[in-house]
Amino acid sequence: MRLNYPPNVRIVAVPCTGRVDMIHLLRAIEQGADGVYVAGCMEGECHFVSGNLKARRRVEAVKKLLREIGIEPERVEMFNVSASDGPRFAAVAREMTERVRGLGPSPLAKDHPLDLHLQAVG
Amino acid sequence: MKAGSNLEKVLTSGHFAITGELGPPRGANADVVRKKAEFLRDKVDSINITDNQTSVVRMSSIAVSRIVIEMGLEPNAQMTCRDRNRIAIQSDLLGASALGIKNVLCLSGDHNKFGDHPQCKNVFDLDSMQLIMTLKHMRDEGKVLGGQELDGVPKFFIGAAANPFGDPFDFRVTRLAKKVEAGVDFVQTQCIYNMDKFRTFMKQAVDQGLTEKFHMLAGITPLKSLGMARYMAKFVPGLEVPDYYLKRLQGVEKKKQADEGIKIAVEQIQEMKETPGVAGVHLMAIEWEHRSPEIIEAAGLLPRPKLD
Amino acid sequence: MVIAERKPIEEILAMVADFKKVLLVGCKGCVTVCCAGGTKEVGILGSALRIARKKAGNPLALVEHTLERQCDPEYIEQLAPMLENGEFDAVLSMACSVGPQFIAKRYLKQVFPALNTTFIGGSLEHGVWAEFCQSCGNCIIHNFGGLCPISRCSKSLMNGPCGGSSGGKCEVSNEIDCVWQLIYDRMTALGQVDRMRKIFPIKDWSTSRDGGPRKITREDLKL
Repeated sequence: MRLNYPPNVRIVAVPCTGRVDMIHLLRAIEQGADGVYVAGCMEGECHFVSGNLKARRRVEAVKKLLREIGIEPERVEMFNVSASDGPRFAAVAREMTERVRGLGPSPLAKDHPLDLHLQAVG
Repeated sequence: MKAGSNLEKVLTSGHFAITGELGPPRGANADVVRKKAEFLRDKVDSINITDNQTSVVRMSSIAVSRIVIEMGLEPNAQMTCRDRNRIAIQSDLLGASALGIKNVLCLSGDHNKFGDHPQCKNVFDLDSMQLIMTLKHMRDEGKVLGGQELDGVPKFFIGAAANPFGDPFDFRVTRLAKKVEAGVDFVQTQCIYNMDKFRTFMKQAVDQGLTEKFHMLAGITPLKSLGMARYMAKFVPGLEVPDYYLKRLQGVEKKKQADEGIKIAVEQIQEMKETPGVAGVHLMAIEWEHRSPEIIEAAGLLPRPKLD
Repeated sequence: MVIAERKPIEEILAMVADFKKVLLVGCKGCVTVCCAGGTKEVGILGSALRIARKKAGNPLALVEHTLERQCDPEYIEQLAPMLENGEFDAVLSMACSVGPQFIAKRYLKQVFPALNTTFIGGSLEHGVWAEFCQSCGNCIIHNFGGLCPISRCSKSLMNGPCGGSSGGKCEVSNEIDCVWQLIYDRMTALGQVDRMRKIFPIKDWSTSRDGGPRKITREDLKL
C-alpha cells in the first residue's frame, strides 16, 4: 500500500505507547511542535496488556496541564490504530493535521508561523 | 443528689422525664432565646441548649443557658470537644457552674466539615468519653485534670448521648457501658424511629444491668413532613426511618402531614413509657419548639412534677 | 513516607512571576516515591513553566536539578556552585516543605515551595495515597488492633465509634472508611473485642506538636 499522509508529520517510534511519558509530549510542545499525538494499538490489543490504556491516561494528564497553562489541549491527542491498518493511520494523520491547522500555529513557534509541525508518537 | 438539678430530682424520684431542646440563634438577639424557651415553660423538666450544633456559629450554649435560668427554667448545657481543649473545657465548666448550670451533656461534636466554617482548625483534645471523665473528676475529686484543687467544686448532673443505630450495632451497648463506667448520670439518644431495633438495644442494656446505673432518655423528633422523613432516612448517617412511617405520611394529604407526624411522635412517647429501662424522653423538635407543648400534652406528660 | 502533591501551576507561575532565572530542585526521597517531586516531576513542571512563560512572551530560564535528598544539609551543599554565583535569582523546591526551608537556611535566595506537603502515609494502590500517621510522638496503635484512630478517625476519637459510623463509612465522607469499624472488625477477628470495653484514658499530647517544635538528639550518632 502506498498511502499518502501529510508530510508535516514526524514519526517517533516507541516499542509500545506504554513507554510514552508526559514529558515526551510536553517536550514536543515546548520545542515548537504545533501538535503531538500518540497512536497506540486498539484497546484490548496491547501486546503488553495495558500500555495503550496507560498512554491514554497520560495524554489526558498532559491535556489538563496544557489547559492550566493556557495552551489548547486539543494540540495533544490519543488515537488507537491497529498496526496493520494503514488507511486508518493515514486518516488519523490527516485528521490531526486538520485539527491543528484549525488551531493555528503553536504560540511557542512564532518563528515559523506557516510551517505545521506535527509529531506522532507510537 | 449529685447536682440537685430539677432533671436529677425528677429522674431519681422515678417520674417519667421529658426534656426539650433549644437551638441558640445565629446572632446576638437574646429575645429569640426567650421566645423559644417560653414555649417550653412548665412543659419539660430541662431544656438542652445546643453547642454550635452542626458546626454552625451560634450564641454560646453557656450564655443561652444563663438566659434560660434567668427565665426560671432549667437548662442542660451541651458541650462538645470540637472547639475547646481541656483548658477551655474546664474553664467553661467552672463558669457554667458559677452561672447556675447544673446539667451538662458531653458530646464529641459534629465535625466542622458540615458547618459554616469548614476552614477552621478543630480541637478534639478529649473525646466524649474523656469529657465525661473530666466532669466526674472535677465534681467528685474537686480537682482539675492537672491536679490543682478547686476553690468551689462544680456540681454537675452529667449527661451523654448515644446513637443506638450507629454501626457496628453489636458494639453500641458496649459503648454505652463505657459511658456509664466513665461516670454518666443520664443519656439522651439520637432520634429514634426504628422502635424494634431500639427495643433490642434497650433489652441488652437492661440485661447487662446498665439501666440501674444511669437514666435513659429516648430521643424523639417529630417528622414535620414526608420530605423531612425522606431526608432523615437518606442523608442523616446512623439514623433509620422505617418504611411504615414513610407510608403513613404518604397516606395523608400534604397539609395534614405535620399533624400525622405529631401523632407518630405521641405514639412513640407512649411506647417509650412501656419500654423497660427507659426513664424518659428527649424531645428534639428542630425549629418547631412551638409545637412541642401539644405533643407533650397529647402524650399525657402534663402537668410536670414540681419537686423541691 | 511524607506524601506531597504539586501546587496548581497557576499558583507556581504567580510565585515566580517576577523572576527570570529559576533553579528547580527536586528530591529523590519520599516525594520521588509518591511521584510528586522526583526527577520525572521536575521535568514535567519545568517544561510546563517554560511553555507558559514563553507563550506569555516572558521566557523563563529554568534549570532542573534533583538532589539525593533535601532534608540533609550535605546534599543542600551540592547546590553551592549553582546558587553562589548569581546565576539564579530564585529557587523552586519540589521537596516536602523541609527542602525549601533547608535551601533558604543555607542560601540567601528567594525560595518557593512547588509542593504542598500533605500527610504521612502510604500508597493504597498505584496512584492512590492515604494518611496513616499524625506524628503524635507516642504511638498507641497496638491498643487499637494496629490501626491509628488519631490520624484515621475524623475526630481522632480514642473511644469510638461515634454515632456517625454508618455502613463502615465515616459521616464526614463516603470516601473515608470509619477506622473504628475497622478496629472493631480486626479486634473481633483477633478474638480481642473485649479489650474494647476498656476506656482509653485522656491522651498526653505533649509529645505531639502541641508541646512545641520537636527535636531528637542522638549522642551516639554525633560526629
